[in-house]
Amino acid sequence: MDLIAPTDRGLYCEAGDFHIDPWRPVSRAVITHAHSDHARFGSDLYLCHPLTAPILRRRLGDVAIETADYGEVLTRNGVEISLHPAGHVLGSAQVRVARNGEVWVASGDFKLEADGVVAPFEPQRCNVFITESTFGLPIYRWRPQAETMAAIESWWRENVAAGRASVLFAYALGKAQRLLARLDPSIGPIVCHGAIEPVNAIYRDAGIIIPPTRLVTEVADKSELRQALIVAPPSAAASPWLNRFGDYSDALASGWMQVRGNRRRRGLDRGFPLSDHADWSGLLAAVEATGAERILATHGFTGPLTRYFREKGLDARALQTAYGEEDEAAPGAESAA
Amino acid sequence: MKAFSDLYRRLDSATSTRAKLTAMVEAFAAAKADPTQWASAAWMVYFLSGGKPRQTVPTRILWRLAVEGSKLPEWLCAECYGNVGDLAETLTLLLPEGVAGEAVSLDVWMRERLLPLPSLDEEERYARLEVWVAALPQDQRLAFFKLITSELRVGVSRLQVVKALAEVAGIEESRMAQRMIGYSQARRTPTADDFAALIVDVDPIEGAALDAGRPYPFYLAQSWKRPLETMAETLGPPQNWIVEWKFDGIRAQLLKRGKNWRLWSRGEELISDAYPDLEPLANALPSGVALDGELIVLIPPPGEIRPDSLDGLAPFASLQQRLGRKAISDKTLRELPVALIAYDLLELDGRDLRGEPQRERRAKLEGLANATLERAAGRGERLPLRLSPLVSAETWEGLADVREQARALGREGLMLKAREGAYGVGRRKGDDRTDVWWKWKLDPMSVDAVLIYAQRGSGRRSGVYSDYTFAVWSAGEGAPNRELVPFAKAYSGLSDAEMREMDAIIRRTTVETFGPVRSVTPTQVIELGFEGIAPSKRHKSGVAVRFPRMLRWRRDKPVTEADTIAGLRALLPAGGEG
Repeated sequence: MDLIAPTDRGLYCEAGDFHIDPWRPVSRAVITHAHSDHARFGSDLYLCHPLTAPILRRRLGDVAIETADYGEVLTRNGVEISLHPAGHVLGSAQVRVARNGEVWVASGDFKLEADGVVAPFEPQRCNVFITESTFGLPIYRWRPQAETMAAIESWWRENVAAGRASVLFAYALGKAQRLLARLDPSIGPIVCHGAIEPVNAIYRDAGIIIPPTRLVTEVADKSELRQALIVAPPSAAASPWLNRFGDYSDALASGWMQVRGNRRRRGLDRGFPLSDHADWSGLLAAVEATGAERILATHGFTGPLTRYFREKGLDARALQTAYGEEDEAAPGAESAA
Repeated sequence: MKAFSDLYRRLDSATSTRAKLTAMVEAFAAAKADPTQWASAAWMVYFLSGGKPRQTVPTRILWRLAVEGSKLPEWLCAECYGNVGDLAETLTLLLPEGVAGEAVSLDVWMRERLLPLPSLDEEERYARLEVWVAALPQDQRLAFFKLITSELRVGVSRLQVVKALAEVAGIEESRMAQRMIGYSQARRTPTADDFAALIVDVDPIEGAALDAGRPYPFYLAQSWKRPLETMAETLGPPQNWIVEWKFDGIRAQLLKRGKNWRLWSRGEELISDAYPDLEPLANALPSGVALDGELIVLIPPPGEIRPDSLDGLAPFASLQQRLGRKAISDKTLRELPVALIAYDLLELDGRDLRGEPQRERRAKLEGLANATLERAAGRGERLPLRLSPLVSAETWEGLADVREQARALGREGLMLKAREGAYGVGRRKGDDRTDVWWKWKLDPMSVDAVLIYAQRGSGRRSGVYSDYTFAVWSAGEGAPNRELVPFAKAYSGLSDAEMREMDAIIRRTTVETFGPVRSVTPTQVIELGFEGIAPSKRHKSGVAVRFPRMLRWRRDKPVTEADTIAGLRALLPAGGEG
């Protein structure tokens, strides 16, 4: 029998009696990271990385949380459970599950490139790898982060020179902080939307250096806004909140911006392909590094990715999950980041 | 290629018309300052204004480059293409980075590399392309592939190109429009001299330019969409207007200067060769004449014919069979003869009449047509020329009644031209009463149809299920075995937000996926509008509709209440004329 199998509640390990990232309430939920499609309300007990806990509390309120550091092994009914860095967002983890020498790893969301902000992805040798496949098509191959950051900086500088605000849409948890930590703060002041500022505080508490940021209400001299980088969640696009910035240029930092049509449909001035998910090459490299002979793909381009692996001789198939309804999973979704 | 690629990217990412204009002005000004760039700039203008050279690299070679270059299975490349919706962009994203070689100008790319390609065999073409692309800097690839796939749409109109060039040259826009005519003609090879000719100072005798055989810029009509009740107030009495039918043909200008004649389409394409039917007419016209009118298929009945008779007018479908033909057989000329319905005279005795009032031009047109047809009749010759018949009524309400007959006659509606109005340039309008040609079209026909298949779109709609196939019921509600019969495809009319919502519904209700197409459980009703409808043996529904588009998302309607085939057929015009 499979060590981990999908049920109507989530990925379930019967031997250890726990779910991984369940989408309906369960008694024990092991959480890979705090994005809302992976960490949902209603379970009795959550297990996650210590850095995920404060975000989880902020999202779900006062829930029962146990934490485990990366590499720390917990044993339940003879099943070993451990968390390992996934490089996706703060505290994100892959879940390694082992019993009688058989090893399964559920990746959650991950990326390979070390972003210098969160603990980088560490591949785990395993028999079965449950991988995400958000960007599982070869058209999605990211440029090195430094190059994309430089492009964003030059857009910001152009706007400063033209005296208009730079509104950068980015997912509130993870992408926004990655941008803030990596962009050159000497270009101008930085203003964050109310949905982003609390997450910044959590990142700062975790020791990540994020330059000073303010809410727009804290900016006394409004002329400063014309030099500012304004970081807002994608859901703020076309909202009245933007009216106060007058003439501004807008851009979205998201892997979906790799395809022009996605940018044009949103009527954005610029799109920067920057993602916290693995690109095509990253997915292939990750699978190879695990040495797994069996691949199960969740949310994203599962069809093409698994077919490609099957043609390479691996046992690969798609798993139906409810992941990817938020975050970057759907190019058409309002909240895509 | 770099200057072109940079301009392409600026235009592609600019969301405002002003930003696009600025980008073009800056690029043209930079080129003007450096004569070594003129040849490439000439090509830039050619592409931006809609010029399309003969396809030098067939799609199959590009596809092979995608598959072999990416070293991926073909099905995966197809999957990528389905998601991107654009071959040029797919190639750009899939091909591995090469080692950038030396800079090659757009002119050299075109003249020395691409245009000679068709004379080479396929292997040689592929081999060259592979080498060139590998040495092409990554950031220039998209513009390059866009160029060779002839999909260089950057959302600038020809008028904007004219504006930008006029600004750079420091001359009037109308002058630049004249200079630009014929510029983007297919298969042309623009040169440095062409760009120089665009940006030079105005030559005092240039204005005439009659012997060059160039047409006048077409005056385009505006749509009248305001209510009938406002017409008298806005337009004055109908007696101030010349009213004609709006024909469903091809707008064209016929020029006769010296012994030469030219036929130009509204796209400013020289089409004389495609319509040799008009040669006898051109021969019969005096020199120094420019006629504006509509090309239609007209099979003249025997006997004497009045100049404004439309007997024998065939529906648009007949004209379609003449479009895009390179070789015109005698049989085609016999069976589908084309005539010109003339409605304006822009030049007579070599004199530009465009500043004269419409009524004056009409009177001169009638004089010319009558005299020409009479002379021909004297020789026993029947010329393919008709005068656009005048339509009249005492009131706008009366004209509205006449307009209602248009559908049965296979016409699109009425044209309103101010009696005192001059012949303008392009689509610009001035005073509603005097400086506009109004097209007063029939409201489109519409039916409530059910969405049954969806396909991912391209361009702006790429990756989203935005192209839909619609069906109506084979029989009324309650009939046994009734089924949905597909009859039209449409992709325009929904807002971006609606399209995203529909995309989500389609993904949720998918029954089957065939390549890029999904069949869905029928749940959504859309009011589908179209301009025309004709019987068709090729369609399962037995009808073919023209210009279908989505008018409204009928969220209020259950699919069971959508229209039926019988309802659709009831819209077919009764008569044989179409």
